[in-house]
Amino acid sequence: MPGVRALVAGHADFAAGLISAVEAVTGRGEMLEPIQVKGLCGEDIQLLLKDRLHATGAAVIFTDLQAGSCTMAARRLLREEPQVVLVSGTNLPMLLDFVMSSMPDTHDAARTAVERARSAIAAYGGPA
Amino acid sequence: MTLVLNRIDDRLIHGQVVVGWGQPLDVRFIVLVDDAVAASEWEKELYRMGVPPEMEVRFHSAAEAAPLLDVYRTEPHPGILLTGDIATMHELVLHGGVREVNIGGIHHRAGRQQYLRYVFLTQDEQRALRAVAALGALVTAQDVPAARAIPLEEMLSEAEVS
Repeated sequence: MPGVRALVAGHADFAAGLISAVEAVTGRGEMLEPIQVKGLCGEDIQLLLKDRLHATGAAVIFTDLQAGSCTMAARRLLREEPQVVLVSGTNLPMLLDFVMSSMPDTHDAARTAVERARSAIAAYGGPA
Repeated sequence: MTLVLNRIDDRLIHGQVVVGWGQPLDVRFIVLVDDAVAASEWEKELYRMGVPPEMEVRFHSAAEAAPLLDVYRTEPHPGILLTGDIATMHELVLHGGVREVNIGGIHHRAGRQQYLRYVFLTQDEQRALRAVAALGALVTAQDVPAARAIPLEEMLSEAEVS
């Protein structure tokens, strides 16, 4: 089993919640590291993300909102870390696809997971 | 409509601003006042990409913004005035007619003491907020609309996390 391949960062317990769901479904939660940013300013979020990228060797950052402070901090970080892929709008199907991917390249795995997650969104029922 | 919220938030545009306040108040524009952001095309693009298509962001330095606020107050749709620090908001209270100030987020940094989950201040910043209030502005802390607006003095009297 590979180590941490991606960081997950977002509002409140978004990261821990999604990772607990990934663990429950696949047993591969350890491939994702949750980033807790409560109380941190944007600059400190950026420093934390950088530190955890270097410490874990992760190549991808998954975030929640496009305008969220984690996404903003990660976009700034990408200027110094151009090898990292940032994905916003993260959902559970995306992370499941990512951790189950057999692609050797983590970036490819992330991009493929984005496409699969997009196709997993649907609305059912209700008046036509 | 007018500027419906005058907010100090060191994260500037982020989820609470765009979704938390922006959606219930039907905000169509954000006036982002920050000297560093106003001077950088890259920074401006970063913030523009963070908002939905129906929301516009206008960037100004503190000096530029003050005389423009009256014009923004005549816009047909609601807008949010946003600064990243207390000093910039102080300028806008002094020269831009701002009468109500929302402390939305001043986060942890070395030398700051915690007052609320989302407010950390140095002694100087405490004094700076009191100086804003002394100009006649109503200063309260409130991160999201569903939370209670906490008056400045009540917040400062709480040394611990509430």
